[in-house]
Amino acid sequence: MVPAEIRTAIIDILADIAPDEDLSNLNDDQSFRDQMELDSMDFLDIVMELRKRYRVQVPEEDYVQLESMASTVTYLTPKMVAVA
Amino acid sequence: MYDTIIIGAGMSGLAAGIRLAHYDQKVCILERHYTIGGLNSFYRMNGRDYDVGLHAVTNFTEKGAKKGPLARILRQLRFKWEDFSLSPQRGSRVVFPSAELRFDNDIDLLRSEVARAFPGQVDNFEALIEKIVDYDDLDQEAFEVSGRKVLDETISEPLLIEMILCPLMWYGNADSHDMAWGQFCIMFRSIFFEGFARPYKGVRLILKNLVKRYRSLGGELKLRHGVSKVIVDNGHATAVELDNGEVIEGKRILSSAGSLETMRLCSDVSEPDLSKAGEMTFIESISVLDREPSKIGNDDTIVFYNDSEKFNWHPPTDDFCDTRTGVICSPNNYVYADDEGKLADGIVRITTIADFRRWNEMSDEDYARAKLKWYDKSVEASVRFTPDFRPYVIDTDLFTPKTIRRFTWHDNGAVYGAPEKKLDGSTHVDNLFLCGTDQGYVGIIGAMMSGISMANLHCLRP
Repeated sequence: MVPAEIRTAIIDILADIAPDEDLSNLNDDQSFRDQMELDSMDFLDIVMELRKRYRVQVPEEDYVQLESMASTVTYLTPKMVAVA
Repeated sequence: MYDTIIIGAGMSGLAAGIRLAHYDQKVCILERHYTIGGLNSFYRMNGRDYDVGLHAVTNFTEKGAKKGPLARILRQLRFKWEDFSLSPQRGSRVVFPSAELRFDNDIDLLRSEVARAFPGQVDNFEALIEKIVDYDDLDQEAFEVSGRKVLDETISEPLLIEMILCPLMWYGNADSHDMAWGQFCIMFRSIFFEGFARPYKGVRLILKNLVKRYRSLGGELKLRHGVSKVIVDNGHATAVELDNGEVIEGKRILSSAGSLETMRLCSDVSEPDLSKAGEMTFIESISVLDREPSKIGNDDTIVFYNDSEKFNWHPPTDDFCDTRTGVICSPNNYVYADDEGKLADGIVRITTIADFRRWNEMSDEDYARAKLKWYDKSVEASVRFTPDFRPYVIDTDLFTPKTIRRFTWHDNGAVYGAPEKKLDGSTHVDNLFLCGTDQGYVGIIGAMMSGISMANLHCLRP
């Protein structure tokens, strides 16, 4: 996957977690926590969905990398380069 | 071999099941009763639908709210806000002989009522609110502090303390007289910061959505499959044995049976500590009216009443019930959506503190007579605080601590479980965990939250 595809994949996961949320105006550089009020349970969910959908493992010490869309895509790019 | 076996198909077990099945676990929920729901179940009688436990769904927040337990469970279970179709309350009251406090889903009404009835306590009440906001949910030590002690240090008018405790104890205190500070904060937030709501169709709507989702994810649900034993070998659970002798293996077990009740199931526990059982249980008198309660001047969603200045929250010591305090719930008095209209019947539900032992030990004949007698007595006590609805009653039902025991299997029919809560859900068995009432959260949203958080913590971590 290329970064644009990874971004779409994350948007899909967020839309699944928060179906009432309007994601069209998401600011990629602002934290998910501030924009969507995501809490630790939600971050665990993003990690679990990545594992379920793409078999990507995110160890607990790396959860901080998932702060915003930009940091998440940067972090996942090398991990997901081989994902179709 | 299941990844996770869940004991009990109430709100917590079903919510946990959805989480686990969503992440591709092989899950089985085992339920002893013939129906789902546990305390929050439903039944049909004389052609009418009734709820068992539900007066109000607490923790209500409006659509679009991102914070709070309701928003969290919707996200965690992948439901839309509309899936629970909750309608907010009209307004409720706490009534004592010399004072009344009205409240609704906006804390400012309660603030202004405190200012009106207790003008000298305005600052103290704000100080209490600050302490509640600052309380950290997961701190077991802070949880167990005496709620009455914190209240005594914060509010100097004893009557106001009793009036605040009354609704919070009624809707979620397993202990008698005092209430753990953590439980107090959880209840205060769920009732006064958030609020009351109800689905037009009652609790069955929520349950049916939970089961439908669980099954669509491949989860198995077996009713009339009571677990009689958890087989423990060297501190590790290997399987459960059912009432019919069947053995089902699982990698881990999540039990909503209650802490004492779960210990009793464990093959390595010879005598569970019965002194830890909860004792607060109720009767509920349900009256069907030939008109809406508002037609006779009752516009309250819920009324919590107490007939003296001191709130008495104890199991009755010398009779079947204690009618000095009670709760009056009128399910008609929610603001249902225009396309839903009005409920088919007027309904008033009265909850009264009861003694499990007395109700449990009677012959069938005495039991039937006692039901009639205590319906009359509990309703008579309640009409001191609400317009007298007795001339308009067309049908009645009464359920007792025995009924609650049948639906929940909790010792003593304890509605809110045991006083001692186990916030992390752990037990002496390394792969057996608690969820539900005895893990700490109560109410419909709280129970689902418990199932979700225990599933996340113990069953989903990589």
